[in-house]
Amino acid sequence: MTGITHHIPDELLIAYAAGNLPKAFSLVVAAHVSMCDECRARLGAHEALGGALLDDMPATDVSSDLKGRLFDALDDPISVEQRYDRAGIFPAPVMEALGGLPPKWSPLGLGVRQMILDHDRSGSVRLLYIPGGQGVPDHGHNGLELTLVLQGAFRDETGRFGVGDLEIADGDLEHEPIAEVGPACICLAATDASLRFRSLVPRLLQPLFRI
Amino acid sequence: MFEAPAVLCDDSLEDPVAPARVSGGAGSCRESDRVTGEAYSETTVWMLAVRDQRDKVAFGRLFDHFAPRLKGVICRSGLPPAQAEDIVQDVMLTVWRKAHMFDPGRAQVSAWIYQIARNRQIDILRKEKRPVPEELKPVEDTEEDASQVVALEQETQALRAALKTLKPAQREMVERAYLGELTHAEIKAETGLPLGTIKSRIRLGLEKLRHELKGTERT
Repeated sequence: MTGITHHIPDELLIAYAAGNLPKAFSLVVAAHVSMCDECRARLGAHEALGGALLDDMPATDVSSDLKGRLFDALDDPISVEQRYDRAGIFPAPVMEALGGLPPKWSPLGLGVRQMILDHDRSGSVRLLYIPGGQGVPDHGHNGLELTLVLQGAFRDETGRFGVGDLEIADGDLEHEPIAEVGPACICLAATDASLRFRSLVPRLLQPLFRI
Repeated sequence: MFEAPAVLCDDSLEDPVAPARVSGGAGSCRESDRVTGEAYSETTVWMLAVRDQRDKVAFGRLFDHFAPRLKGVICRSGLPPAQAEDIVQDVMLTVWRKAHMFDPGRAQVSAWIYQIARNRQIDILRKEKRPVPEELKPVEDTEEDASQVVALEQETQALRAALKTLKPAQREMVERAYLGELTHAEIKAETGLPLGTIKSRIRLGLEKLRHELKGTERT
């Protein structure tokens, strides 16, 4: 994918490589890496460093029967894992989160739609559909929000984000993303905390829409 | 398919001390590897024998090398030894089953196993499936470019050398970051993490990988 200008910062790539990101953020990182050769290569380099550390670890004795138990299992039949491929604008990890089906949108008003892909105490991740020219209600964050553009583009106070670009918003950023005129903007967005809307009504709706 | 002798834990087998030579047995490789095969590290030679010949002797050597190290890493997270060994077994079983996906031009054996270990640890402990990037589909010619493999090995050696120059406190911080003991916010805030020192190595590795990625296409 060419034209990507907003990438994943090192601290997020390292935390992903080390397996220390909440699932919602891991999905966004995996989706961006699926679209971005540069971040795929950087992730590979971080994994090379992780591998070098693994290789350097002092050896810890394993039980004498561990190897035998492992070899006994080598020829066991294995169940075939369900594999998901990229479909249209959705890279493979997003298709996996969708269970291989097209998104089931729920209206949020003013033509904006969403589909929650995953939601637990550590955070939530959703697909957002914003009609061209339409804004997402002004909101801030209690925590971190990652937004990856899958189709179209949006702009906010910090710049323009096109297909493959990743916006990182922390708790300080109050922003009002507006989809560019043209095809609808579809994003994958993950937060580790609820969004705070400035106006009263959306705040009342938050529990309802889990945003 | 070539059946390896069913000797699993035969201590009489001579472990190669120097980088393994490509001369049949556990070290046999594909045609394309032979040119510079002698420059491959032993773990790469073993892994290729597992991938291409389903060689159980070579797999046993990989186990002997990595299982005690994996256990050490997994125990750092505070798991009791028995549970850590269950994960070690699961990781090594995954290495055996997914060996066909190993590509020495894109990842060193240690990096490939590191990544599998992180995935399996999360899948098992958090009982969720960690989202992973979509796989790159190699171009039709799946033979490794031996010079690419050697270049990546040399790059990794340089990375190891850079790691050795770190002060103990920095080294500890790097280990905590890459072994999953620091959150992304802590990594960002951690001034003791010598990202600057290791970034130049990572950048060189990046160039190699990017060169390699040009030869692949998405599925």
